Amino acid sequence: MSAGGEGVRLGAGSPFWRAVLYAVLLVFAVYYLLPLVIMLLNSVKPLSEIRGGNLLALPKVWTFEPWHSAWSTAQVGVQATGLKPYFINSFLMVFPAVAISAALGAINGYILTKWRFKGDSIVFGMMLFSCFIPFQIVLIPMAKVLGTIGLAGTVSGLVMVHVVYGIGFTTLFFRNYYAAFPTELIRSAQVDGAGFFRIFWRILLPSSGPIIVVSIIWQFTNIWNDFLFGASFADFDSQPMTVALNNLVQSSTGVKEYNVHFAGAVLAALPTLVVYIVSGRYFVRGLMAGAVKG
Amino acid sequence: MGFLEISGLTKSFGQTEVLKGIDLDVEEGDFLVLVGPSGCGKSTLLNVIAGLENPTAGEIRIAGERVNELRPSERDIAMVFQSYALYPSMSVAQNLGFGLEMRGVPKAERETAIQEVAEMLQISQLLKRRPGQLSGGQRQRVAMGRALVRKPQVFLFDEPLSNLDAKLRVDMRMEIKRLHASLGTTIVYVTHDQIEAMTLASRIALLKDGILQQFGSPEDIYDNPANLFVADFMGSPAMNLVPAEVVEKEGEIGVALKQRANGALFLPAETRAAGPLKDWLGRTVTFGIRPEAVTDPDAADHKAGRLVEAECRADLVEPTGADTYIVTHLGGKEFTARLRANSRVKEDGAVTLAFNMGRSVFFDPKEGTRIA
Repeated sequence: MSAGGEGVRLGAGSPFWRAVLYAVLLVFAVYYLLPLVIMLLNSVKPLSEIRGGNLLALPKVWTFEPWHSAWSTAQVGVQATGLKPYFINSFLMVFPAVAISAALGAINGYILTKWRFKGDSIVFGMMLFSCFIPFQIVLIPMAKVLGTIGLAGTVSGLVMVHVVYGIGFTTLFFRNYYAAFPTELIRSAQVDGAGFFRIFWRILLPSSGPIIVVSIIWQFTNIWNDFLFGASFADFDSQPMTVALNNLVQSSTGVKEYNVHFAGAVLAALPTLVVYIVSGRYFVRGLMAGAVKG
Repeated sequence: MGFLEISGLTKSFGQTEVLKGIDLDVEEGDFLVLVGPSGCGKSTLLNVIAGLENPTAGEIRIAGERVNELRPSERDIAMVFQSYALYPSMSVAQNLGFGLEMRGVPKAERETAIQEVAEMLQISQLLKRRPGQLSGGQRQRVAMGRALVRKPQVFLFDEPLSNLDAKLRVDMRMEIKRLHASLGTTIVYVTHDQIEAMTLASRIALLKDGILQQFGSPEDIYDNPANLFVADFMGSPAMNLVPAEVVEKEGEIGVALKQRANGALFLPAETRAAGPLKDWLGRTVTFGIRPEAVTDPDAADHKAGRLVEAECRADLVEPTGADTYIVTHLGGKEFTARLRANSRVKEDGAVTLAFNMGRSVFFDPKEGTRIA
């Protein structure tokens, strides 16, 4: 026991191995950060410096003009509006879509664990299955549905599509989280006289912080980054950020303004980054919660 | 007609029948303990009374009113759960007040009720804490307080002491008994612990495999077990239950217990038992007698109807401080007797035991039914 323990401590604790460990970690950190650094560096360079051919060099002249351009004046598709209106579109889409899908997922998880009914596992199995349906398969039927209910080419239509697609995941999250939630609490609340929604609101939701954060991060990232649904179901005036970014980069008129493209790409990634930084620690905690309590 | 009436109650989960026709009738102010081994259906029965499960058939009446169709909250009951089921996100005060709040009791009234109950249970200093910050015993008190604060017609307890350590369990047991004495509210209490059942109950219902084995006062269940299962389940150390042949000796009906040496020990039955035993002459019955009814001659109850002394060999001597138990060999099995603490018995030595035949019982060894 003592020999083994000391051996391990000497091995991992010695300065040499510690240095190796940090070196490896550093290499990986640089490897992951490099693309972001290059994007940031080139987004603050004048175009001439990039076209000079030195992508990795520090800017000689610092300029925020590319950011300004990407935000409000760049040519996106046929109009010179910048990414701003599409950024707003994305927010108009992502907030309701995340809120509605998370709320429905929570209610579903609550019902599937605490108000079991005949065939509930089949219902859950089918919802789970929806997580595995490739996006492409539903494009045409979804377009048909959107057309029929008059939501084609609108932000509301995109919200609906993302809610439908997100329910499977959020239901899975909340169901597994609530499965570990003691049923005696529900029974106790029933004896105390609380009804279906009051039990949910007063007993379950206050204890659901971690899983709500997980759902929000997951849904926010997926919906914000979605390109396919945005490209398929949106009109010019309802396009989300991702589609606009593509249009910005693909604009065929004039020279390719790489610095503006880089700035636009960073802008597009910014909200998901913020969400991760603000709530990342809850994310890990939430993913662990079910595993430990189970 | 009783205060809590349960008639013809059955409950099935799919194909499995968990309760098979339960009939119980409890007076107002009774302390009913549902006891039995795990899986006997006692918790299911409690949940059905609470309204958390629907019965498959049968009727439940509280204070004369049929409650089958009523929701748990409409039955005027309060329940203490095994896990205490305290709401984790609420303070102790909020936990206590939740039931009242759900019933629309005004805030001021709620506060008074919470204070009152908190004082009664000595948890006033805990009101602002969360359940996570409480010890097991404190949680237990809060769980009871949550039931008390509502002043219901019936309290339901689902193994409330099973998560406490031994010392705390005994303390809380006494406290529950005291509470019942001062409040006088009807209680239905589930436990698998026969000592809890004996100490708390005014009525005991013993269940096994969803069938009510016996329903009666603790004394009744202890002294007059209806069948072999009840006799074996109640009491610690357990009742001596050994095979014995029914014989007639010098005009007296009795049982002969095999001894290791010098033949069989004849124990004449009491007059009460002699009649029914006559039909079993020459056959084997299961003879039952509690350890405390087999003792040293000086300590024996001399008012007992029939006291028989016999010489036995002490295979094992177990002094517990309060008593000395000796284990001997009778009827081919181990046989425990309870002697006074100061009785000087040596292991492997001879000991004279007095059998109080007035407290003996006889069972059909195959069916387990009581003969006498």
